[in-house]
Amino acid sequence: MIGLSHYLIVSALIFSIGLVGVLRRRNLLMLFFATEVMLNAVNIAFAAISHYYNDLTGQMFAFFIIAIAASEVAVGLGLLILLYKKYGSLDLDDLANMKG
Amino acid sequence: MYEIVAFYLFSVLTIGLFLVTVLSKNVLYAMTSLAAGMVLISGFFFILGADFLGVVQLVVYVGAIMALYSFAMMFFDATRDIKEKNTNPALVFILGGLSAFVLVLMFAAPIHSDAIVALYPMHDGIGNAQDVGMVLFTKYLIPFEVAALMLLVAMISGIILAGKKMDLSLTEDTSADDEIMTKKDEK
Repeated sequence: MIGLSHYLIVSALIFSIGLVGVLRRRNLLMLFFATEVMLNAVNIAFAAISHYYNDLTGQMFAFFIIAIAASEVAVGLGLLILLYKKYGSLDLDDLANMKG
Repeated sequence: MYEIVAFYLFSVLTIGLFLVTVLSKNVLYAMTSLAAGMVLISGFFFILGADFLGVVQLVVYVGAIMALYSFAMMFFDATRDIKEKNTNPALVFILGGLSAFVLVLMFAAPIHSDAIVALYPMHDGIGNAQDVGMVLFTKYLIPFEVAALMLLVAMISGIILAGKKMDLSLTEDTSADDEIMTKKDEK
């Protein structure tokens, strides 16, 4: 039978995939995709805990996470378009203009 | 039985698709596999009995966010493969080790699970959408309204940020236009 730990393990695996993406990608658009993967992993964990503890709070938090993800994408894509207009590239190495 | 089959099918497919998203060099491949993985994640929600959450996932993620990404893709040059160079492997190694350590700590942390009491329990005989609506519009009304305001602000900022200089072409090479113009002049 599928228990809570199965869902949590799948969620952790997907979260790790997103974390790998955040750590190793240098393109800003790919970083956005990796953050979406991580947000989805957290949503799975919330829905699973909500189901196995018979509590609706987890689903509520998943709704708010989806709302936050939507607004993050709207603002972030606007910023990405501005950056692309200014620099002609979305690579993080090209955008680093503060040399420390 | 069906639940087990569906769970393993969805989990294997989702993990594979998200691996493609993270490791692919092509933006279009990454985006399509991300959209497919989100559809399958809504399958998880339907198995878990969170019907309304699954529908919201389909409508918002697959419908709105992926459409937004694909429209933004028109501004960028999506056909070209992304060239990335990892300049500092030691930093990646340290960061990866640290995050793995934090993840192990989180999962090995003791959970006092007997003391967890359902704050807003689900009711039998009531559909999930009705149950969610009851809790969302009584206990979570203020966060709901704040989220609506946040979405409005995000919409306005998205329009303002992306709307500047919309008449200028981004992907087309301006020198190509000059070339066409000079050819016309020669004729």
